[in-house]
Amino acid sequence: MDSYFLILFTEIYKILFLLVPVLVSVAMIVWLDRRVWAFVQKRRGPNVVGPFGLFQSLADALKYIFKEVIIPASSNKLVFVLAPVVTMTLALISWAVIPFSEDFVLADINVGILYLFAVSSLGVYGIIMGGWASNSKYPFLGAIRSAAQMVSYEVSIGVIIINVLLCVGSLNLSDIVMAQQNLWFVIPLFPMFVIFFISALAETNRPPFDLPEAEAELVAGYQTEYSGMMYAMFWLGEYANILLMCAMGAVLFLGGWLSPIDIFPFNAIPGPFWLIFKILFLFILFALVKATVPRYRYDQLMKLGWKIFLPFSLFYVVLTSSFLLYFDLLPGK
Amino acid sequence: MKISRLLKTIFMIDFVTGLLIAIKETFKTKKTINYPFEKGSLGIRSRGEHALRRYPNGEERCIACKLCEAVCPAQAITIESKERDDGSRKTIRYDIDMLKCIYCGLCEESCPVDAIVQGPNFEFATETREELYYTKERLLENGDRWENILAANIKADSSHR
Repeated sequence: MDSYFLILFTEIYKILFLLVPVLVSVAMIVWLDRRVWAFVQKRRGPNVVGPFGLFQSLADALKYIFKEVIIPASSNKLVFVLAPVVTMTLALISWAVIPFSEDFVLADINVGILYLFAVSSLGVYGIIMGGWASNSKYPFLGAIRSAAQMVSYEVSIGVIIINVLLCVGSLNLSDIVMAQQNLWFVIPLFPMFVIFFISALAETNRPPFDLPEAEAELVAGYQTEYSGMMYAMFWLGEYANILLMCAMGAVLFLGGWLSPIDIFPFNAIPGPFWLIFKILFLFILFALVKATVPRYRYDQLMKLGWKIFLPFSLFYVVLTSSFLLYFDLLPGK
Repeated sequence: MKISRLLKTIFMIDFVTGLLIAIKETFKTKKTINYPFEKGSLGIRSRGEHALRRYPNGEERCIACKLCEAVCPAQAITIESKERDDGSRKTIRYDIDMLKCIYCGLCEESCPVDAIVQGPNFEFATETREELYYTKERLLENGDRWENILAANIKADSSHR
Protein backbone atom coordinates (compact mmCIF):
# COMPACT_ATOMS: atom_id res chain seq x y z
CA MET A 1 0.00 0.00 0.00
CA ASP A 2 2.82 2.36 0.87
CA SER A 3 4.57 1.79 -2.42
CA TYR A 4 1.27 2.48 -4.22
CA PHE A 5 1.01 5.92 -2.64
CA LEU A 6 4.67 6.56 -3.25
CA ILE A 7 4.23 5.89 -6.95
CA LEU A 8 1.03 7.96 -7.01
CA PHE A 9 2.70 10.95 -5.39
CA THR A 10 5.82 10.79 -7.55
CA GLU A 11 3.58 10.63 -10.61
CA ILE A 12 1.50 13.60 -9.46
CA TYR A 13 4.69 15.48 -8.69
CA LYS A 14 6.03 14.74 -12.15
CA ILE A 15 2.76 15.81 -13.78
CA LEU A 16 2.75 19.10 -11.88
CA PHE A 17 6.42 19.58 -12.69
CA LEU A 18 5.45 19.44 -16.35
CA LEU A 19 2.03 21.12 -16.38
CA VAL A 20 2.76 24.18 -14.26
CA PRO A 21 5.62 25.32 -16.52
CA VAL A 22 3.45 24.58 -19.56
CA LEU A 23 0.62 26.75 -18.22
CA VAL A 24 2.98 29.56 -17.26
CA SER A 25 4.65 29.42 -20.64
CA VAL A 26 1.24 29.55 -22.31
CA ALA A 27 0.66 32.86 -20.54
CA MET A 28 4.11 34.08 -21.58
CA ILE A 29 3.58 32.94 -25.15
CA VAL A 30 0.40 35.02 -25.43
CA TRP A 31 2.45 38.03 -24.39
CA LEU A 32 5.16 37.12 -26.92
CA ASP A 33 2.55 36.71 -29.63
CA ARG A 34 1.04 40.14 -28.99
CA ARG A 35 4.45 41.71 -28.69
CA VAL A 36 5.77 40.28 -31.99
CA TRP A 37 2.53 41.28 -33.69
CA ALA A 38 2.89 44.81 -32.36
CA PHE A 39 6.56 45.06 -33.35
CA VAL A 40 5.85 44.09 -36.94
CA GLN A 41 3.23 46.84 -37.05
CA LYS A 42 5.66 49.30 -35.41
CA ARG A 43 3.56 49.49 -32.26
CA ARG A 44 4.80 48.88 -28.74
CA GLY A 45 2.43 46.15 -27.60
CA PRO A 46 1.73 45.36 -23.95
CA ASN A 47 4.65 46.90 -22.02
CA VAL A 48 3.19 48.27 -18.79
CA VAL A 49 2.42 45.33 -16.47
CA GLY A 50 5.69 44.04 -15.04
CA PRO A 51 9.09 44.16 -16.77
CA PHE A 52 8.50 44.59 -20.54
CA GLY A 53 4.82 43.85 -19.86
CA LEU A 54 5.62 40.21 -19.09
CA PHE A 55 2.79 39.91 -16.59
CA GLN A 56 0.14 41.21 -18.98
CA SER A 57 -1.32 37.74 -19.46
CA LEU A 58 -1.54 37.18 -15.71
CA ALA A 59 -3.41 40.48 -15.37
CA ASP A 60 -5.73 39.41 -18.20
CA ALA A 61 -6.29 36.03 -16.56
CA LEU A 62 -7.13 37.75 -13.29
CA LYS A 63 -9.64 39.92 -15.10
CA TYR A 64 -11.26 36.86 -16.69
CA ILE A 65 -11.47 35.08 -13.35
CA PHE A 66 -13.38 37.93 -11.75
CA LYS A 67 -15.78 38.37 -14.66
CA GLU A 68 -19.24 36.89 -14.61
CA VAL A 69 -19.74 33.69 -16.57
CA ILE A 70 -22.85 34.06 -18.68
CA ILE A 71 -24.58 30.88 -19.81
CA PRO A 72 -27.16 31.63 -22.52
CA ALA A 73 -30.71 30.61 -21.58
CA SER A 74 -31.28 28.64 -24.78
CA SER A 75 -27.97 26.77 -24.63
CA ASN A 76 -27.44 23.14 -23.76
CA LYS A 77 -25.92 23.90 -20.39
CA LEU A 78 -24.00 20.71 -19.69
CA VAL A 79 -22.31 20.60 -23.09
CA PHE A 80 -21.77 24.34 -23.01
CA VAL A 81 -19.82 24.12 -19.77
CA LEU A 82 -18.02 20.96 -20.83
CA ALA A 83 -16.67 22.34 -24.13
CA PRO A 84 -13.90 24.62 -22.78
CA VAL A 85 -12.94 21.96 -20.24
CA VAL A 86 -12.56 19.39 -23.02
CA THR A 87 -10.50 21.77 -25.15
CA MET A 88 -8.12 22.61 -22.36
CA THR A 89 -7.78 19.08 -21.00
CA LEU A 90 -7.00 17.67 -24.43
CA ALA A 91 -4.47 20.40 -25.09
CA LEU A 92 -2.70 19.60 -21.83
CA ILE A 93 -2.72 15.78 -21.79
CA SER A 94 -0.81 15.61 -25.06
CA TRP A 95 2.22 17.04 -23.27
CA ALA A 96 2.64 13.71 -21.47
CA VAL A 97 4.52 12.14 -24.37
CA ILE A 98 6.73 15.06 -25.44
CA PRO A 99 10.33 14.08 -24.55
CA PHE A 100 12.29 16.93 -22.96
CA SER A 101 15.51 14.96 -22.72
CA GLU A 102 16.71 11.37 -22.84
CA ASP A 103 15.34 10.59 -19.39
CA PHE A 104 12.68 13.26 -18.84
CA VAL A 105 9.46 12.19 -20.49
CA LEU A 106 6.29 11.66 -18.50
CA ALA A 107 5.00 8.67 -20.44
CA ASP A 108 7.59 6.98 -22.64
CA ILE A 109 5.04 4.91 -24.55
CA ASN A 110 6.02 3.19 -27.76
CA VAL A 111 3.08 4.60 -29.73
CA GLY A 112 3.77 8.19 -28.66
CA ILE A 113 3.14 9.77 -32.03
CA LEU A 114 -0.14 7.88 -32.45
CA TYR A 115 -1.22 9.10 -29.01
CA LEU A 116 -0.37 12.68 -29.95
CA PHE A 117 -2.26 12.35 -33.19
CA ALA A 118 -5.30 10.77 -31.56
CA VAL A 119 -5.51 13.43 -28.86
CA SER A 120 -5.09 16.31 -31.27
CA SER A 121 -7.86 14.82 -33.43
CA LEU A 122 -10.14 14.83 -30.41
CA GLY A 123 -9.44 18.55 -30.03
CA VAL A 124 -12.05 19.31 -32.65
CA TYR A 125 -14.77 18.01 -30.31
CA GLY A 126 -14.30 20.85 -27.85
CA ILE A 127 -14.95 23.31 -30.64
CA ILE A 128 -17.92 21.43 -32.09
CA MET A 129 -19.46 21.09 -28.62
CA GLY A 130 -18.95 24.77 -27.90
CA GLY A 131 -20.42 25.84 -31.22
CA TRP A 132 -23.38 23.51 -31.08
CA ALA A 133 -24.28 23.99 -27.42
CA SER A 134 -24.30 27.78 -27.75
CA ASN A 135 -27.48 27.42 -29.87
CA SER A 136 -26.69 30.54 -31.82
CA LYS A 137 -25.85 31.07 -35.47
CA TYR A 138 -22.33 32.51 -35.36
CA PRO A 139 -20.88 29.87 -33.03
CA PHE A 140 -22.61 27.21 -35.10
CA LEU A 141 -21.14 28.43 -38.38
CA GLY A 142 -17.74 28.82 -36.74
CA ALA A 143 -17.88 25.28 -35.40
CA ILE A 144 -18.83 23.86 -38.81
CA ARG A 145 -15.93 25.65 -40.46
CA SER A 146 -13.56 24.64 -37.72
CA ALA A 147 -14.56 20.98 -37.87
CA ALA A 148 -14.12 20.83 -41.64
CA GLN A 149 -10.81 22.65 -41.49
CA MET A 150 -9.27 20.66 -38.66
CA VAL A 151 -10.33 17.32 -40.11
CA SER A 152 -8.94 18.22 -43.55
CA TYR A 153 -5.56 19.30 -42.30
CA GLU A 154 -5.28 16.40 -39.90
CA VAL A 155 -5.23 14.11 -42.92
CA SER A 156 -2.21 15.83 -44.44
CA ILE A 157 -0.45 16.01 -41.07
CA GLY A 158 -0.98 12.24 -40.77
CA VAL A 159 0.64 11.62 -44.14
CA ILE A 160 3.53 13.94 -43.27
CA ILE A 161 4.12 11.99 -40.07
CA ILE A 162 4.28 8.79 -42.14
CA ASN A 163 7.25 10.34 -43.96
CA VAL A 164 9.08 10.81 -40.70
CA LEU A 165 8.14 7.38 -39.42
CA LEU A 166 9.52 5.77 -42.58
CA CYS A 167 12.90 7.25 -41.74
CA VAL A 168 12.76 6.23 -38.08
CA GLY A 169 11.05 2.88 -37.95
CA SER A 170 9.50 3.55 -34.55
CA LEU A 171 6.47 5.38 -33.16
CA ASN A 172 8.26 6.32 -29.95
CA LEU A 173 9.01 10.05 -29.80
CA SER A 174 12.35 9.52 -28.03
CA ASP A 175 13.39 7.14 -30.81
CA ILE A 176 12.34 9.74 -33.38
CA VAL A 177 14.64 12.28 -31.74
CA MET A 178 17.52 9.81 -31.41
CA ALA A 179 17.22 8.95 -35.12
CA GLN A 180 18.04 12.59 -35.90
CA GLN A 181 21.45 12.53 -34.20
CA ASN A 182 23.34 12.71 -37.48
CA LEU A 183 20.88 14.65 -39.60
CA TRP A 184 17.78 16.56 -38.60
CA PHE A 185 14.79 15.53 -40.69
CA VAL A 186 14.21 19.14 -41.66
CA ILE A 187 17.02 18.79 -44.24
CA PRO A 188 15.99 15.69 -46.21
CA LEU A 189 12.26 16.31 -45.64
CA PHE A 190 12.25 20.11 -46.02
CA PRO A 191 9.10 20.30 -48.20
CA MET A 192 7.32 18.16 -45.62
CA PHE A 193 8.45 20.52 -42.87
CA VAL A 194 6.97 23.49 -44.72
CA ILE A 195 3.71 21.65 -45.30
CA PHE A 196 3.67 20.51 -41.67
CA PHE A 197 4.12 24.10 -40.54
CA ILE A 198 1.29 25.37 -42.73
CA SER A 199 -0.98 22.51 -41.69
CA ALA A 200 -0.16 23.23 -38.05
CA LEU A 201 -1.31 26.81 -38.61
CA ALA A 202 -4.58 25.50 -40.02
CA GLU A 203 -4.91 22.84 -37.33
CA THR A 204 -4.66 25.38 -34.51
CA ASN A 205 -6.92 27.94 -36.23
CA ARG A 206 -4.13 30.47 -36.46
CA PRO A 207 -4.05 33.22 -39.07
CA PRO A 208 -4.07 33.02 -42.07
CA PHE A 209 -6.42 30.10 -41.45
CA ASP A 210 -8.42 31.59 -38.57
CA LEU A 211 -11.71 31.21 -40.43
CA PRO A 212 -13.51 29.62 -37.45
CA GLU A 213 -13.16 32.87 -35.54
CA ALA A 214 -13.06 35.28 -38.49
CA GLU A 215 -14.08 38.38 -36.60
CA ALA A 216 -15.23 40.21 -39.72
CA GLU A 217 -17.86 37.61 -40.52
CA LEU A 218 -18.50 35.46 -37.47
CA VAL A 219 -18.01 37.83 -34.50
CA ALA A 220 -15.72 35.37 -32.69
CA GLY A 221 -16.79 32.04 -34.17
CA TYR A 222 -17.41 29.26 -31.68
CA GLN A 223 -16.35 31.46 -28.74
CA THR A 224 -19.01 34.12 -29.34
CA GLU A 225 -21.29 33.13 -26.45
CA TYR A 226 -18.49 32.44 -23.98
CA SER A 227 -17.43 34.84 -21.28
CA GLY A 228 -15.25 35.05 -18.21
CA MET A 229 -13.26 32.03 -17.15
CA MET A 230 -14.81 29.74 -19.76
CA TYR A 231 -13.59 32.02 -22.52
CA ALA A 232 -10.18 32.13 -20.87
CA MET A 233 -10.08 28.33 -20.86
CA PHE A 234 -10.74 28.20 -24.59
CA TRP A 235 -8.02 30.76 -25.01
CA LEU A 236 -5.56 28.82 -22.84
CA GLY A 237 -6.40 25.59 -24.65
CA GLU A 238 -5.86 27.23 -28.00
CA TYR A 239 -2.43 28.53 -27.07
CA ALA A 240 -1.47 25.26 -25.37
CA ASN A 241 -2.37 23.58 -28.66
CA ILE A 242 -0.21 26.01 -30.59
CA LEU A 243 2.71 25.30 -28.26
CA LEU A 244 2.09 21.59 -28.65
CA MET A 245 2.17 21.89 -32.44
CA CYS A 246 5.47 23.79 -32.14
CA ALA A 247 6.81 21.04 -29.86
CA MET A 248 5.67 18.42 -32.37
CA GLY A 249 7.44 20.26 -35.15
CA ALA A 250 10.57 20.52 -33.03
CA VAL A 251 10.54 16.81 -32.16
CA LEU A 252 9.68 15.53 -35.64
CA PHE A 253 11.86 17.79 -37.76
CA LEU A 254 14.23 19.89 -35.66
CA GLY A 255 15.80 17.15 -33.59
CA GLY A 256 13.97 17.66 -30.29
CA TRP A 257 16.42 18.06 -27.42
CA LEU A 258 19.53 17.51 -29.57
CA SER A 259 21.96 20.39 -29.99
CA PRO A 260 22.51 21.60 -33.58
CA ILE A 261 26.20 20.66 -33.60
CA ASP A 262 27.69 18.09 -31.23
CA ILE A 263 30.68 20.20 -30.17
CA PHE A 264 31.58 21.77 -26.86
CA PRO A 265 29.70 25.05 -26.26
CA PHE A 266 26.53 23.67 -27.79
CA ASN A 267 26.30 20.22 -26.24
CA ALA A 268 27.01 21.66 -22.78
CA ILE A 269 23.55 23.26 -22.79
CA PRO A 270 21.08 20.73 -21.35
CA GLY A 271 18.57 19.12 -23.69
CA PRO A 272 15.35 20.70 -22.38
CA PHE A 273 16.74 24.15 -23.18
CA TRP A 274 17.38 23.17 -26.77
CA LEU A 275 13.80 21.92 -27.07
CA ILE A 276 12.51 25.16 -25.57
CA PHE A 277 14.64 27.22 -27.98
CA LYS A 278 13.27 25.26 -30.90
CA ILE A 279 9.68 25.61 -29.70
CA LEU A 280 10.21 29.35 -29.26
CA PHE A 281 11.75 29.65 -32.73
CA LEU A 282 8.75 27.93 -34.28
CA PHE A 283 6.36 30.03 -32.22
CA ILE A 284 7.97 33.29 -33.29
CA LEU A 285 7.56 32.08 -36.86
CA PHE A 286 3.86 31.45 -36.06
CA ALA A 287 3.54 34.98 -34.70
CA LEU A 288 5.33 36.53 -37.68
CA VAL A 289 3.06 34.69 -40.09
CA LYS A 290 0.06 35.98 -38.18
CA ALA A 291 1.32 39.52 -38.59
CA THR A 292 2.23 39.11 -42.26
CA VAL A 293 -0.46 37.36 -44.26
CA PRO A 294 -4.16 38.10 -44.82
CA ARG A 295 -6.85 35.53 -44.12
CA TYR A 296 -7.59 32.79 -46.64
CA ARG A 297 -10.94 32.40 -48.31
CA TYR A 298 -12.79 29.25 -47.27
CA ASP A 299 -12.72 27.53 -50.69
CA GLN A 300 -9.01 28.33 -51.05
CA LEU A 301 -8.42 26.73 -47.67
CA MET A 302 -10.19 23.53 -48.69
CA LYS A 303 -8.46 23.49 -52.07
CA LEU A 304 -5.05 23.90 -50.43
CA GLY A 305 -5.70 21.09 -47.97
CA TRP A 306 -7.25 18.46 -50.21
CA LYS A 307 -5.96 19.21 -53.70
CA ILE A 308 -2.40 20.32 -53.00
CA PHE A 309 -1.09 19.24 -49.62
CA LEU A 310 -2.62 15.75 -49.53
CA PRO A 311 -1.48 14.63 -53.02
CA PHE A 312 1.93 16.21 -52.57
CA SER A 313 2.60 14.59 -49.22
CA LEU A 314 1.37 11.24 -50.55
CA PHE A 315 3.77 11.64 -53.48
CA TYR A 316 6.53 12.41 -51.02
CA VAL A 317 5.76 9.23 -49.07
CA VAL A 318 6.33 7.25 -52.27
CA LEU A 319 9.49 9.24 -52.95
CA THR A 320 10.89 8.73 -49.44
CA SER A 321 10.12 5.03 -49.31
CA SER A 322 11.53 4.31 -52.77
CA PHE A 323 14.66 6.31 -51.90
CA LEU A 324 15.12 4.38 -48.68
CA LEU A 325 14.51 1.05 -50.46
CA TYR A 326 16.82 1.79 -53.38
CA PHE A 327 19.75 2.90 -51.21
CA ASP A 328 19.01 0.20 -48.66
CA LEU A 329 18.65 2.71 -45.83
CA LEU A 330 15.44 1.30 -44.34
CA PRO A 331 15.55 1.43 -40.52
CA GLY A 332 15.38 -1.72 -38.45
CA LYS A 333 17.46 -3.76 -40.87
CA MET B 1 -0.44 29.35 -65.78
CA LYS B 2 2.98 30.63 -66.74
CA ILE B 3 6.03 28.69 -65.57
CA SER B 4 7.42 31.68 -63.64
CA ARG B 5 4.11 32.10 -61.82
CA LEU B 6 4.04 28.39 -60.99
CA LEU B 7 7.57 28.49 -59.60
CA LYS B 8 6.68 31.57 -57.58
CA THR B 9 3.74 29.71 -56.06
CA ILE B 10 5.65 26.53 -55.31
CA PHE B 11 8.56 28.27 -53.61
CA MET B 12 6.20 30.78 -51.92
CA ILE B 13 8.35 33.71 -53.09
CA ASP B 14 5.69 36.29 -52.30
CA PHE B 15 5.12 34.91 -48.83
CA VAL B 16 8.83 34.78 -48.02
CA THR B 17 9.29 38.34 -49.30
CA GLY B 18 6.46 39.48 -47.06
CA LEU B 19 7.92 37.64 -44.10
CA LEU B 20 11.33 39.26 -44.63
CA ILE B 21 9.72 42.69 -44.82
CA ALA B 22 7.88 41.93 -41.58
CA ILE B 23 11.15 40.97 -39.89
CA LYS B 24 12.81 44.14 -41.19
CA GLU B 25 9.97 46.33 -39.89
CA THR B 26 10.34 44.75 -36.45
CA PHE B 27 13.62 46.55 -35.84
CA LYS B 28 12.52 50.01 -36.97
CA THR B 29 11.60 52.75 -34.54
CA LYS B 30 8.05 52.65 -33.23
CA LYS B 31 5.47 55.00 -34.65
CA THR B 32 3.33 55.06 -31.52
CA ILE B 33 4.16 56.97 -28.34
CA ASN B 34 4.43 55.23 -24.99
CA TYR B 35 1.18 56.86 -23.89
CA PRO B 36 0.80 57.07 -20.13
CA PHE B 37 4.50 57.97 -19.83
CA GLU B 38 4.85 60.06 -22.99
CA LYS B 39 2.23 62.42 -24.33
CA GLY B 40 1.64 63.97 -27.70
CA SER B 41 1.52 67.75 -28.10
CA LEU B 42 -1.84 69.53 -27.95
CA GLY B 43 -2.94 72.51 -30.02
CA ILE B 44 -3.84 75.78 -28.33
CA ARG B 45 -7.49 75.32 -29.34
CA SER B 46 -7.76 71.74 -28.04
CA ARG B 47 -11.17 71.17 -26.46
CA GLY B 48 -10.94 69.15 -23.28
CA GLU B 49 -12.38 69.52 -19.81
CA HIS B 50 -14.34 72.70 -19.10
CA ALA B 51 -13.27 75.43 -16.70
CA LEU B 52 -14.80 78.68 -15.41
CA ARG B 53 -12.22 81.46 -15.23
CA ARG B 54 -11.79 84.37 -12.83
CA TYR B 55 -10.43 87.91 -13.24
CA PRO B 56 -6.99 88.46 -11.72
CA ASN B 57 -8.64 90.09 -8.69
CA GLY B 58 -10.51 86.88 -7.94
CA GLU B 59 -13.91 87.96 -9.27
CA GLU B 60 -15.81 85.41 -11.38
CA ARG B 61 -15.90 86.33 -15.04
CA CYS B 62 -19.29 84.77 -15.72
CA ILE B 63 -22.09 87.36 -15.98
CA ALA B 64 -24.88 84.78 -16.33
CA CYS B 65 -25.88 85.90 -19.83
CA LYS B 66 -26.82 82.29 -20.56
CA LEU B 67 -25.54 82.44 -24.14
CA CYS B 68 -23.67 79.18 -23.60
CA GLU B 69 -26.79 77.53 -22.23
CA ALA B 70 -28.72 78.70 -25.30
CA VAL B 71 -26.09 77.66 -27.85
CA CYS B 72 -25.26 74.28 -26.34
CA PRO B 73 -26.42 71.71 -28.94
CA ALA B 74 -26.49 68.91 -26.41
CA GLN B 75 -28.27 71.01 -23.79
CA ALA B 76 -25.67 69.97 -21.27
CA ILE B 77 -25.44 73.34 -19.48
CA THR B 78 -27.87 74.50 -16.78
CA ILE B 79 -27.57 78.03 -15.36
CA GLU B 80 -29.54 79.86 -12.68
CA SER B 81 -28.77 83.48 -11.83
CA LYS B 82 -29.53 86.02 -9.17
CA GLU B 83 -28.72 89.67 -8.52
CA ARG B 84 -26.00 90.06 -5.98
CA ASP B 85 -26.02 92.69 -3.17
CA ASP B 86 -23.69 94.98 -5.16
CA GLY B 87 -26.15 94.95 -8.09
CA SER B 88 -24.15 92.65 -10.42
CA ARG B 89 -25.78 89.62 -11.99
CA LYS B 90 -24.01 86.38 -11.09
CA THR B 91 -24.74 82.69 -11.40
CA ILE B 92 -25.88 80.77 -8.38
CA ARG B 93 -25.77 77.54 -10.29
CA TYR B 94 -23.66 76.52 -13.28
CA ASP B 95 -23.85 72.80 -14.07
CA ILE B 96 -22.38 70.94 -16.99
CA ASP B 97 -23.34 67.35 -17.61
CA MET B 98 -20.03 66.09 -18.99
CA LEU B 99 -21.74 62.94 -20.25
CA LYS B 100 -24.14 64.91 -22.46
CA CYS B 101 -21.46 67.32 -23.63
CA ILE B 102 -20.16 66.69 -27.14
CA TYR B 103 -17.07 68.90 -26.70
CA CYS B 104 -17.96 71.09 -29.71
CA GLY B 105 -16.55 74.28 -28.18
CA LEU B 106 -19.60 76.44 -28.95
CA CYS B 107 -19.95 77.56 -25.31
CA GLU B 108 -16.40 78.84 -25.34
CA GLU B 109 -17.01 80.61 -28.66
CA SER B 110 -20.24 82.23 -27.51
CA CYS B 111 -18.92 83.52 -24.20
CA PRO B 112 -18.51 87.35 -24.33
CA VAL B 113 -16.18 87.49 -21.30
CA ASP B 114 -14.05 84.34 -21.86
CA ALA B 115 -15.48 82.82 -18.69
CA ILE B 116 -16.32 79.29 -19.79
CA VAL B 117 -13.43 77.70 -21.65
CA GLN B 118 -12.34 74.24 -22.60
CA GLY B 119 -8.88 73.44 -21.35
CA PRO B 120 -6.17 71.03 -22.45
CA ASN B 121 -7.02 68.33 -19.89
CA PHE B 122 -8.65 65.28 -21.46
CA GLU B 123 -7.84 62.73 -18.74
CA PHE B 124 -10.78 63.15 -16.40
CA ALA B 125 -12.34 59.69 -16.62
CA THR B 126 -14.13 58.56 -13.46
CA GLU B 127 -15.52 55.34 -12.10
CA THR B 128 -19.11 56.56 -11.61
CA ARG B 129 -21.44 58.66 -13.73
CA GLU B 130 -22.25 60.98 -10.83
CA GLU B 131 -18.70 62.30 -10.69
CA LEU B 132 -19.13 63.67 -14.21
CA TYR B 133 -22.01 66.00 -13.36
CA TYR B 134 -19.84 69.09 -12.88
CA THR B 135 -21.02 71.89 -10.62
CA LYS B 136 -19.98 75.53 -10.46
CA GLU B 137 -17.48 74.84 -7.67
CA ARG B 138 -15.81 72.10 -9.66
CA LEU B 139 -15.61 74.28 -12.76
CA LEU B 140 -14.16 77.24 -10.86
CA GLU B 141 -11.62 74.94 -9.24
CA ASN B 142 -10.62 73.72 -12.71
CA GLY B 143 -10.27 77.33 -13.79
CA ASP B 144 -7.98 78.10 -10.86
CA ARG B 145 -5.89 75.01 -11.50
CA TRP B 146 -5.40 75.52 -15.25
CA GLU B 147 -5.47 79.36 -15.33
CA ASN B 148 -1.87 79.78 -16.53
CA ILE B 149 -2.28 77.50 -19.52
CA LEU B 150 -5.78 78.78 -20.30
CA ALA B 151 -4.71 82.42 -20.30
CA ALA B 152 -1.66 81.64 -22.43
CA ASN B 153 -3.78 79.70 -24.94
CA ILE B 154 -6.36 82.49 -25.22
CA LYS B 155 -3.61 85.06 -25.70
CA ALA B 156 -1.91 82.95 -28.36
CA ASP B 157 -5.20 82.54 -30.20
CA SER B 158 -6.34 86.17 -29.79
CA SER B 159 -5.33 87.30 -33.30
CA HIS B 160 -7.79 84.77 -34.80
CA ARG B 161 -10.77 85.73 -32.65
